[in-house]
Amino acid sequence: MNIPHYSYDFFKLKAKIHVVSAVSFITLGVNSMTDNVNKSRRNLLIGTSAVGAIGAGFAAVPFIKSWLPSERAKAAGSPVKTDISKIEPGQMINVLWRGQPVFIVNRTDKQMSVLDSLEDKLKDPDDETSIQPDYIDDKYRAKRENLLVVIGICTHLGCSPKYYPDLVAQSFDSEWQGGFYCPCHNSRFDISGRVYKGSPASRNLDIPPYTFLDDNIIEIGTDGGTA
Amino acid sequence: MGKIASSRTKNSSGIMDWFNHRLPVTQFYKDHLSEYYAPKNFNFWYFFGSLALLVLVNQILTGIWLTMHYKPDAAQAFGMVEYIMRDVPWGWLIRYLHTTGASAFFIVIYLHMFRGLLYGSYKKPRELIWVFGMIIYLALMAEAFMGYVLPWGNMSYWGAKVITQLFAAVPWVGDALVEWVRGDYLISDATLNRFFALHVIALPLVIVVLVVLHIAALHTVGSNNPEGIDIKKHKDENGVPKDGIPFHPYYTVKDIFGVGMFLLIFLFIVFVKPDMGGLFLEHDNYVPADPSSTPDHIKPVWYFTPFYAMLRAVPDMQLGALIMALAIVVLFFLPWLDRSPVKSIRYRRWPYKLMLSLFAISFVVLGWLGMQSGSVLQKMTAQILTGFYFFYFVWLFFYSRNETYHEVPERIEK
Repeated sequence: MNIPHYSYDFFKLKAKIHVVSAVSFITLGVNSMTDNVNKSRRNLLIGTSAVGAIGAGFAAVPFIKSWLPSERAKAAGSPVKTDISKIEPGQMINVLWRGQPVFIVNRTDKQMSVLDSLEDKLKDPDDETSIQPDYIDDKYRAKRENLLVVIGICTHLGCSPKYYPDLVAQSFDSEWQGGFYCPCHNSRFDISGRVYKGSPASRNLDIPPYTFLDDNIIEIGTDGGTA
Repeated sequence: MGKIASSRTKNSSGIMDWFNHRLPVTQFYKDHLSEYYAPKNFNFWYFFGSLALLVLVNQILTGIWLTMHYKPDAAQAFGMVEYIMRDVPWGWLIRYLHTTGASAFFIVIYLHMFRGLLYGSYKKPRELIWVFGMIIYLALMAEAFMGYVLPWGNMSYWGAKVITQLFAAVPWVGDALVEWVRGDYLISDATLNRFFALHVIALPLVIVVLVVLHIAALHTVGSNNPEGIDIKKHKDENGVPKDGIPFHPYYTVKDIFGVGMFLLIFLFIVFVKPDMGGLFLEHDNYVPADPSSTPDHIKPVWYFTPFYAMLRAVPDMQLGALIMALAIVVLFFLPWLDRSPVKSIRYRRWPYKLMLSLFAISFVVLGWLGMQSGSVLQKMTAQILTGFYFFYFVWLFFYSRNETYHEVPERIEK
């Protein structure tokens, strides 16, 4: 049974007329208060305004879309190769990929030994919200256990965190267990790039797709599956 | 015949007549200057409106001159600023007038806004003046931010990165929005170019139009005053408010004195300490933009730091951005949050005086905190003060409904 709600419809219609007359008054100076309204002219005015508004909407598209990344910017995001054989244990190198820093850390056993004990202090130890390739595991977050590859951009507001490798007290954390610290807004990450509770950042550091071309060469930006 | 003769006799004002028949020049002059009646009791707080106008003119003038020597190109921008400073004749002065002018603009505007809080200038019938003023403040923040990016120093770069990243807090479309604003996957030449366009033409146009509306709305309802007394209630037989004096010459002359005092301080800074020890021009911005290295201590210029402190105080990206946005949005509603019929603080009792003082102090302390590196204690302080900032408005809303106050006189004394 589908009984039309006349009163409701009537109310809606009335409201609609008010809106339309207000709009036409503002845009065209038509005074809806006069008694003898020429309805066909009124409809013509409303129709014309509506078509005009739609036209203006379409005309806005090129202006809005011209702000999107250009074809040249899109093409600039090609993969980069780098040699990892010279990274000493505990050392980090910084490679630019798509204009963003990628941190490659050769982690020491000592640095990795604390990872298990940190889980309670982390926001997302299991990488539920992380942006990373499927082949990255929870704890080491790496293809090769000791070699961390993360995008060096804080997931809070995009600063580049600093690498604090040593497990010694720092001004920002008296029980520092090694990792990354963002000076902009004090976000802290462990040596796997997982964010600590109490940081403004909500997500672990992102991990780019990468492939080991051989023992010494890594390519960032390509997805070679599990190597 | 008589008509022609009579129009010839008025030859002395013939030129003005010719104009007035085509454009009401004289009427405009009367309406806004010689017969615009302002309350007779303006104090020094009333300098800052006209000073804001002066600084706006300074920014536009020096800005136009700077564009003559600058190139909005990521590869050249940093060098162009150095070129302006070292090689362009008087370029250093024009640039320092512009950079110091930016900070002066915010000092003047903050004092101008605080004047509004002191004397209830945002209250009926001046709500729209306040709202236009708030939009100007917003546009000014966008203008200042984009201007800060143009020298393409390392602080410019990372500041741009952090601020544009704030758009990521918008639900669902956040990341796409960030890309759209930047015009690239990172802050790049495309970003610099569009910020230049917005900084030198789009936003200045918007600001000028808004200033015209701000003043037009002011001249429709008339100026408030330190007593918060409506001078239009008592008019003489000519319809002139008895407690009013014509803006010109009385306040034009007074404002010229204010301009003199302002320029004394302003030019002292321009000539002696244009970077204000890193406050007006940050040291990290004397290093070219470097996408792979963030400055050790990233912070915005001083005029954004109160809001920056709020952003940092919240341990969640989206919530922090929301709190920061709300801190500005809530100001728009001030005319409706303060429900007291009394305008001026002079006739309000101690609770309001105390709370407004604490509000001002917490804003300043937040500003200081926003410049610090952010120890645990500082973060906690920022959280408490951010809470107080919002509490003030909630308190005001309930307190002002049944506020007791001193009786406001009918006329301005003296």
